[in-house]
Amino acid sequence: MTLEVRTPDALDALESESIHIFREVAGEFDRPVILFSGGKDSTLLVHLAVKAFAPAPVPFPLLHVDTGHNYPEVIDFRDRLADRLGLRLVVAHVQDWVDDGRVSERPDGTRNPLQTVPLLDTINENRFDAVFGGGRRDEERARAKERIISLRDAFGRWDPRMQRPELWNLYNGRHAAGEHVRVFPISNWTELDVWRYIQRESVELPSIYYAHERPVFRREGMWLAEGPWGGPRGNETLVTKSVRYRTVGDGSCTGAVESTATTLDEVIAEVTASRLTERGATRADDRLSEAAMEDRKREGYF
Amino acid sequence: MTRDLLRFATAGSVDDGKSTLVGRLLYDTKSVLADQIEAVQRASVDKGLATPDLSLLVDGLRAEREQGITIDVAYRYFSTPRREFVLADTPGHVQYTRNTVTGASTAELAVLLVDARNGIVAQTRRHAAVLALLRVPRLVLAINKIDLVDHDEAVLTAIGKDFAGLARSLGFSEDAVVTIPVSALAGDNVVERSARTPWYEGPTLLGHLESVPVVGPEVRAPFRMPVQYVIRPRREELHDYRGYAGQVASGTVAPGDEVVVLPGGRRTTVASVETADGPLQSAGAGRSVTVLLADDIDISRGDLLAAADDPPRVTDQLDSTLCWLAEKPLRPGARLLLKHGTRTTQVMVGAVTERLDTETLRFGPSPEQLQINDIAHVALRTADPLPVDEYADIRATGSFLLIDPPTGTTLGAGLVGLPLADALS
Repeated sequence: MTLEVRTPDALDALESESIHIFREVAGEFDRPVILFSGGKDSTLLVHLAVKAFAPAPVPFPLLHVDTGHNYPEVIDFRDRLADRLGLRLVVAHVQDWVDDGRVSERPDGTRNPLQTVPLLDTINENRFDAVFGGGRRDEERARAKERIISLRDAFGRWDPRMQRPELWNLYNGRHAAGEHVRVFPISNWTELDVWRYIQRESVELPSIYYAHERPVFRREGMWLAEGPWGGPRGNETLVTKSVRYRTVGDGSCTGAVESTATTLDEVIAEVTASRLTERGATRADDRLSEAAMEDRKREGYF
Repeated sequence: MTRDLLRFATAGSVDDGKSTLVGRLLYDTKSVLADQIEAVQRASVDKGLATPDLSLLVDGLRAEREQGITIDVAYRYFSTPRREFVLADTPGHVQYTRNTVTGASTAELAVLLVDARNGIVAQTRRHAAVLALLRVPRLVLAINKIDLVDHDEAVLTAIGKDFAGLARSLGFSEDAVVTIPVSALAGDNVVERSARTPWYEGPTLLGHLESVPVVGPEVRAPFRMPVQYVIRPRREELHDYRGYAGQVASGTVAPGDEVVVLPGGRRTTVASVETADGPLQSAGAGRSVTVLLADDIDISRGDLLAAADDPPRVTDQLDSTLCWLAEKPLRPGARLLLKHGTRTTQVMVGAVTERLDTETLRFGPSPEQLQINDIAHVALRTADPLPVDEYADIRATGSFLLIDPPTGTTLGAGLVGLPLADALS
């Protein structure tokens, strides 16, 4: 038998680490679920989960906390992917929580921070005990200190000062009834790793990640699409631009970047040359304060 | 060209300039983007500083910014055309053992930072001892603030010599240790070679990180793989498929290899080594695979597949070295949980025989209870027999966690055997 000659590269190492994490959780938890928005990071999560359990199906359902401020292409993509893999898709509609008063709309119309309560309620109702998220440590400084398996109390809160030390690849997921863990299998991936891997594996993504013509308006230095979330308002005017999205979140606070990158090669070239982080460039929700992400995470956000 | 991955850790005392060094590495490798630099510039101006404070790039949580300290291990990412880096940035003062042990546990190399004006201090020795205990394969001593000793070769040579002696006494081989004079503030020898140290002929810090071999000792060790999960598709065409999913912890596995299933002891042969992308001719340490076996044996999560001709020993008595990480002290007689590989079992704590004196770096008499940050030799008895290797031989099968049953908290990190005491003697 000849030995494998190809030396594993960084993407192989990251893939193996992520698969190991998925399998640990499958082995130790009763009711895991994958947070799945149809965005690139959660699509990558699902792709890795498929590889972790092949040729058996992924042993978890998918959960989408739907703000209602969506891009139709992404919702279509979400439904097709769940259908193709035969996975159950649980959708928590933020609108239902707004309608019955469990959460209130914010004055600025942004619904990203509103996702926390529907998320926690849905976790409780379904008794999910491990919730996979696509968070990466390179995204944001509070996330740089996040564990791979991270305990949340019965209120879904994250306490960064009480985190369990995480050593070797021994993950401690013990939790009491009512508590759950968040699991971040792609913690150690960077934005560029994600794109290079998507290219290597030919992972399909929603079309809005590639350059397309779209009417957009300028707000707080970002190009936002028109939509039910309010806009354009006042003196904001719509212009048609060639844009693409670097992240996909609530439509009211996720900006597009001007781009002509229509292929993966072009997107990778653009990401490599970018002078802005993906959250800094396109996420108004992270600009709310210096510790915006840390505060949301403490309250139970993903 | 393929780029590989190096996981490394940094450690240093308070005020050695570690945050600045890490900020410098990120900044000079162009891993910091415009919005992050702008944020640092804004914050620096707010603090009344004339030049941007690169250490602000690595500030994390609100409490850390407010108190100007680092509480927890932070992970940083940067890359060059040759290699990608995962950096575990471990704070120097608060709970240094807990943080250094955590950062070192996955590191293939550690950068230990000292101030050129102070040389090797007590904290350096403690950090080096923890890195030796955790068997981090390679060490870099970065002597920082060389501008403050006028780039004096004699000063830096003396510190390097001191450190070489320390490293040798801790069991590091000579070729595992490199000393580099740097100024994190000015950037000397971090990424760019300095004109102010013409006498220095070694690599820059980044040059060394880029070229050091990443092949760890696990590659040449005998095969081990904890079974994480049994894959059973339960479909007509795959009716008899039973795949044992796991990450190769050490050595390699290939079809035809004879393996033993532990702790049970049944032997069988590897039929195939599979991934979602197809079967492999062999898989090495670090690779996540699914192993199919020739015989139908009852195997479940918690079992270990091992090379039949060089298996680990199976025992319920462990002589171990413990790093105590919790505020709650360890008392002999305590009943805890022990997680080893993919198996969790009950454990009873026996005698604490010796504790590391972090001043003298010698193991000596221990108080009856262990406190946070203590490193000690402790005898343990487990409810189930475990297949273990000495930590010094194979990290993955020689390491374990101790867990508090009522709260689920991780209390301690355990190493099978006495790896530091053996090195010191």
